[in-house]
Amino acid sequence: MPSRRPDALTAMPTLLVTDPVETVFGACDQCLRRTRLLELLAPHVERARHERRLGQLLALGEDELLGAVAGKRRQWVVHALETSADPSEARAHVAEAGLVAVCRHRDSYPRKLLEMADAPAVLHLNGDLAALPQEGVPTVAIVGARRATPYGLEVARALGRGLAAAGLPVVSGMALGIDGAAHAGALEVGGPTVAVLAGGADVAYPSSKAALHRRIVATPGCCVVSEMPPGFRPFKWGFPARNRIIAGLADATIVVEAAERSGSLITAEMAQDLGRPVAAVPGAVTNPMAMGTNALLRDGADVVRNAQDILDTLLGSGAQRLPTGPDPALLPPPLLALLDRLGARPATAAALLLPGEEADGVVAGLVELELLGYVRRSPGGAYVRAAG
Amino acid sequence: MRCAWRSETVDAKPAAIRHKAGQLRAPVVRSFELVLSRVTTFAIRGIDSLRVTVEVDVRQGLPAFAIVGLGDRAVREARERVRFALQNSGFEFPQRRVTVNLAPAYVRKVGAGFDLAIACGILAATGQVAPETLQRCAVFGELSLSGELRAGRGALAIAEGAARAGLEAIVLPAGNAREAALVPGLDVLGADTVEDAVALLRGDMPSVSSAADEGPVDEAERADLCEVRGHPGPIRALTIAAAGGHNLLMAGPPGTGKTMLARRLPSILPLLTGPEAIEVTRIHSVAGLRSDGGLISEPPFRAPHHTISAAGLVGGGPLPAPGEATLAHHGVLFLDELSEFNRNVLESMRQPLEDGEIVVVRGQQAMAYPTRFILVAATNPCPCGHAGTPRCRCTDNDHARHQRKLSGPLLDRIDLVVDVQRPSAADLAAGPVTTSDTARADAEHARERQRARLCETPARVNAEMTAALVSEHVRLDALGDRVLRTAYEAGRLSTRGHHRVLKVARTIADLAGQDRVTADHVRAALGWRLEEAGDAVAAA
Repeated sequence: MPSRRPDALTAMPTLLVTDPVETVFGACDQCLRRTRLLELLAPHVERARHERRLGQLLALGEDELLGAVAGKRRQWVVHALETSADPSEARAHVAEAGLVAVCRHRDSYPRKLLEMADAPAVLHLNGDLAALPQEGVPTVAIVGARRATPYGLEVARALGRGLAAAGLPVVSGMALGIDGAAHAGALEVGGPTVAVLAGGADVAYPSSKAALHRRIVATPGCCVVSEMPPGFRPFKWGFPARNRIIAGLADATIVVEAAERSGSLITAEMAQDLGRPVAAVPGAVTNPMAMGTNALLRDGADVVRNAQDILDTLLGSGAQRLPTGPDPALLPPPLLALLDRLGARPATAAALLLPGEEADGVVAGLVELELLGYVRRSPGGAYVRAAG
Repeated sequence: MRCAWRSETVDAKPAAIRHKAGQLRAPVVRSFELVLSRVTTFAIRGIDSLRVTVEVDVRQGLPAFAIVGLGDRAVREARERVRFALQNSGFEFPQRRVTVNLAPAYVRKVGAGFDLAIACGILAATGQVAPETLQRCAVFGELSLSGELRAGRGALAIAEGAARAGLEAIVLPAGNAREAALVPGLDVLGADTVEDAVALLRGDMPSVSSAADEGPVDEAERADLCEVRGHPGPIRALTIAAAGGHNLLMAGPPGTGKTMLARRLPSILPLLTGPEAIEVTRIHSVAGLRSDGGLISEPPFRAPHHTISAAGLVGGGPLPAPGEATLAHHGVLFLDELSEFNRNVLESMRQPLEDGEIVVVRGQQAMAYPTRFILVAATNPCPCGHAGTPRCRCTDNDHARHQRKLSGPLLDRIDLVVDVQRPSAADLAAGPVTTSDTARADAEHARERQRARLCETPARVNAEMTAALVSEHVRLDALGDRVLRTAYEAGRLSTRGHHRVLKVARTIADLAGQDRVTADHVRAALGWRLEEAGDAVAAA
């Protein structure tokens, strides 16, 4: 991947600090050292989480962090840090991967993140540098279960599309299920969307999302972000750590589908700690994948039905109106009857057939409804009513 | 080649004659002379036969028996079978130097089918059979040591070869006679023993009159659609597949009836036409699958297990044999648990699906096996079969692997994708909707329209139409065009999928008896297809 930095910068890595562009992007020696330290400690963080919360750990200074995490390996880690934490080497590594590093002392570092005590020292960007959500640009996180239902996927996609169409960056974690659907929805209208990864920003993780990763990197207004250096393979703790960046970047967090104990609820909790609104999409009370979201709603989270609901929360009621979906009342009666037959649950064409009915007619009707935007076909082949 | 030897031999030596088994005359002691005889037989090559001339040379020298002409082990062992079969039947085996050549020498000869021809050649060369009786006659069959003839594979292909070569008759094991009699204009002489064969050649025994008769349809095995309850959608998809020759994928949880449905596709396919039936019978005979020898008129159904090898599926192997894809020619190839097949096995299906034949090359020979079948594949939506429900126990990796297996060259050739879900109680109670007979009548009707339209093209059914034929024969009205364009712009259709949808739409219009393809036909065709693989990646 070609470097996105102007050639003059790559040619003079040691002079970066005084370069005018470097006051906007780039990372200072101290922050790069911090990133290197986290990389060295990464294998040991999981163990230390038994004693302290991840947020507390990541907020610690260098010495205390070493004490809390490294344990017996402290000397080795210190030695490795002293011998390998050459900032120019780190910068070259980042440039080589085609990424751009931004540390917390630079102007382009999102202010919103600095509200967190455990804000990441450096963000590695892959894609459009201007995509980092800045002050005054309302930003929304959409998170949820990896193993989502067709209904959840459809709602996440519609939310991502609606919010992006209104110009609000959609932040998520590029995971399977809801996260990926939210990004894909935003990309349907050309972004903006920001994917926050637990590993290096140049690595598509999970690998099945490689195509999505490529599209985000290539689309203007979209980028992939990570706290960890290029090529880094995440450990288990990396995912809640990633979630804190998602929550920190967003002015509001929407949980679309989440089981009772889900990583998405951690994101919601982090957003709540930052005093940012948390919203959830209601689901059937019998659906295990909606237990978490319904619990959030009971605890006072905002109800989200569509992108308009979030716009009203963030911008004030009626400040911006999204175009509404197609009106079923305009449909000819046979199609309307077919749409009514497709209830809340996703159903295949075969399941909608009445005994003795012509199969071709139902199949053709569903395709017509799909092309008109009333229903959507999920990857499994089942049809769901399109979310607004 | 010398020409005069035949008359010389016959004139000089009246054959040692024997009328009944066990009643032998004393062996005739002949004086030495140069004797060569020739017998025509056939070797199986691919699913066809190749004329092989058996030359037998008997001359003075140390007693020896050699067979040359690129034979395999079974051919070499013919020496023992022929020697003892002749002796045990009361013929004389010459105590001289016997050399047998199987020409052409560059073709590898496989199997025991040359035994009778070699034996007859020896009898002719030693004057025990009049050589001219062998002139207008092909000979084929395996001998046992007692002199009995055993039925072999590929009798139909051999009989066809004999007829093609302009021969008047064929002598072969009685067990193969019924099959060989399917060839018109050929006298089929079925023999139980080598003595019978000789008697038939001499004209001492009347030839069995064998009119071509159709094999009985195996009523017990015939499955009917009316036994399927509550799958109106999939049944319709099967009817479309049968009418237009489209490949079909059925996806659904385990135990919902995918296999049951697939097994009933042959029952709604139009019956084989005369040449098709002959071709199918010949293939199955070459593969050694026919024992009764009648004509196969029902489209074949083959369902190989997913552990099959690539050679087993498309044909080949060290001794080239037709694979399951060829055995399913003019019928149905059913691949259950599609994602469980080895990837290289599925990859090997590319050529058969694309070209309608597979070419196997062995040594310097290339053999073409025809493979025009309807592919019916079945798969679970995920390894455990419960994708999308809380019961699913598969990891994300399992899903990804499953999806990867299903994508690729095979899915590109599948026109119809249908979900097979558990039927509802109402459906089960509703009783049979369709019988095989009505569905077959619909399909026949649609095929007739296709035949009329495509009569001057190599395509027989809509599924075989090339891009040029599609643009010529599938004309959409304005609304249909718009539907297709909308689907394309909505990402619902890929460029590759475009043609497939048009072909299926054409078949649906044919089933409806309409000449024009309307918007409704296009929508239905879109509905009978899964979204393209690329979309699935983006959406999931």
